[in-house]
Amino acid sequence: MKKHKVTQNIGFALLFLCMAVTLFFLGAIIYFITIRGIKVISWEFLTQVPRNGMTEGGVAPAILGTFYLTMGAILVSLPLGLACAIYLCEYSPKSALVNLIRMSINNLAGVPSVVFGLFGFAVFVKYMKFGVSILSGSLTLGILALPVIISASQEALTAVPQSLREASLALGASKWQTIKKIVLPTALPGILTGVILSIGRVAGETAPILFTAATFYTRHYPDSVFSEVMALPYHIYALMTEGTHPDKQAAIAYGCGLILLVLVLLISTIAIVIRQKQRVIHG
Amino acid sequence: MDRRIVKIEARDINFFYGSRQALSSVSIEIYKNQVTAIIGPSGCGKSTFIRLLNRMNELVPNTSLKGAILLEEEDIFDPSVDPVEIRRRIGMVFQKPNPFPKSIFENVSYGLKINGITDGNFIEKKVGESLKKAALWDEVKDRIHENALKLSGGQQQRLCIARCLAVEPEVLLFDEPCASLDPISTSKIEELILELKKYYTIVIVTHNMQQAARVSDYTAFFLLGELIEFGKTQDIFTAPKDKRTEDYITGRFG
Ligand SMILES: Nc1ncnc2c1ncn2[C@@H]1O[C@H](COP(=O)(O)OP(=O)(O)OP(=O)(O)O)[C@@H](O)[C@H]1O
Ligand SMILES: [Mg+2]
Repeated sequence: MKKHKVTQNIGFALLFLCMAVTLFFLGAIIYFITIRGIKVISWEFLTQVPRNGMTEGGVAPAILGTFYLTMGAILVSLPLGLACAIYLCEYSPKSALVNLIRMSINNLAGVPSVVFGLFGFAVFVKYMKFGVSILSGSLTLGILALPVIISASQEALTAVPQSLREASLALGASKWQTIKKIVLPTALPGILTGVILSIGRVAGETAPILFTAATFYTRHYPDSVFSEVMALPYHIYALMTEGTHPDKQAAIAYGCGLILLVLVLLISTIAIVIRQKQRVIHG
Repeated sequence: MDRRIVKIEARDINFFYGSRQALSSVSIEIYKNQVTAIIGPSGCGKSTFIRLLNRMNELVPNTSLKGAILLEEEDIFDPSVDPVEIRRRIGMVFQKPNPFPKSIFENVSYGLKINGITDGNFIEKKVGESLKKAALWDEVKDRIHENALKLSGGQQQRLCIARCLAVEPEVLLFDEPCASLDPISTSKIEELILELKKYYTIVIVTHNMQQAARVSDYTAFFLLGELIEFGKTQDIFTAPKDKRTEDYITGRFG
C-alpha cells in the first residue's frame, strides 16, 4: 500500500518535471527573443528600408517580402491542395493506388525543406527561367505547404457526415452541387485551419527561399513577381553570418525574430479561434 | 377501391453488398396515393430495399444489382436515366434526422435553389407552405433564420420532411422516420403521413406494428432479404397467410 503510493508520487513528480522543463524552454524562447528584440522595435524599424550596411534604418522590405512570399505560397498551394483533397475524398475510387498516393503525400511532408529549395532552384529558377524571384520562391514554398493543406483538407472533408451528402443528393442535387453547397461550407473551418497553420510554417522557412527568392539586401521594394526580395528569416540568417558590425547586426536580427514570432503566434491564435467556432457550429 | 394505379414496380430484385446477398428475388408493386409499410426484423433488408427505389445505394461502393425497378413503367436503372432526376421525383426522409448545418429557411429552400429557382417571393412562399404541411410552422415561424441544429430531434425530423416536400416529389420514402422520436412527435408525424397521402405515394419502413397498422394501406413483410408476404394491411394484420408473418406481427419472433 505504502510502496504503491511512493511509486505513484515519484511518477507524478517526473511527469511534472518534464512538463516544467518544456514550459521553461518555451517561456525562455519567448522571453529571450522579446527582451533582446524589443529594444530595436520602433515605428521607423517597421517602416523604413535598411541603411548603412544594414546597421541602421528598418526592415520594412523584409516584412513586405515575407508577406508576399507567404501570400504567393498560399495562392499556389490552396487551390491545388484543395482540388487534390476533393478529388481524393469525393471522387477517386477507394483503391490501393489512391492509398499509395495518400501515403506519398504524407511522406512529402517529411522531406527536409532545403531539398525543396534545391528542387525550386533547379526547376523554377533555372529550368523555367523565373530567376531568383518572388514567383520562384512562392512556388517552392507553395509545394512545401501542399502536404499540410492536402491532409488538413482531407481531414476536414472526411469529417463531414455522409448523412449530409445523402440528404443533399436525395433532394435531387448533383454530386458537384452537393460538394459546392454542403460539403465545402461544412468543411471550411477545418480547411482554413490547415491554411493558417501552413502560413505559420511557410512564413518562417529559410532554406526553401535561400536560392529561389531571397536577397541579402535591397533598397527597393519589389515591383513585380520577378523581383528578388528580402525576407525576415533570411534576413536574420544574413545579419548573423555576414557584415562587419556583429553587435549592431545581432540586435536587429533579434528584432526581426520578434516580428516573426509575433506574426506566427498571431496566426496560430486565429487558427485556434476558427477551430473553436467550428466546434460551436458542429458540436 | 380496386382501381389501383401502380406507381413503382420492383421486378425480381437481387442485391449484393460485395458477395453478400441482401435481397433475394423481391417483386412488389407500390400503388399510387397509398401508404405502403415495410416491416421485418432488423437486418432483413428494409433500408436496402427503399434505398434502391431512389438509387441511393449506388453511393455504397462495391454493390451489384439484378432485376428492374420501374417508375411509371420506366426502368430507373436504364443507362439513359439520370439518378439526379430520379431523386428529384422520389424524395427520402432518413432514419436519423440530418438537417444541414444552416438556417431553417436555408434547409427548406435548398432543394428549390439547386433546381435553379431564384424568385425570392416564390421561395419564401414555398418554404412557408412546406413548413406548414410538415406541422412545424407554428413552432419555428419566429426563428426561421436560426440554425436548424438548435431544433429538437423531433423538430429536426419534421424539418427534413418539410425540406423534402418543398421540391414536390411524386413519391416519399420514409426510413423509420420516428425511430428517434418521442410519442408526441411520432403521432404528429403519423398524422402528417395520413394527410400527405392525398398528394403523394408513400413508402414507410417501421419497426412499430401499431404504426404500420395505423398509417398504411398495404404492408410488406421482409425476412432475411426475401419478401415473405405483401397485401392489404388489414389482411396482413388480421389474417396473414404465412406462418412467419403471423409469428412476427404477434411478437413471437426475434
Ligand atoms: N453498406 C453496407 N455494406 C455491407 N453490408 C450492408 C451495408 N448496409 C447493409 N448491409 C447488410 O445488408 C443487410 C440488410 O441491411 P439493411 O440495412 O437493409 O437492414 P434493415 O432491414 O434496414 O435493418 P434495420 O431494421 O436494423 O434498419 C444486413 O445484413 C446488413 O448487414
Ligand atoms: Mg434500416
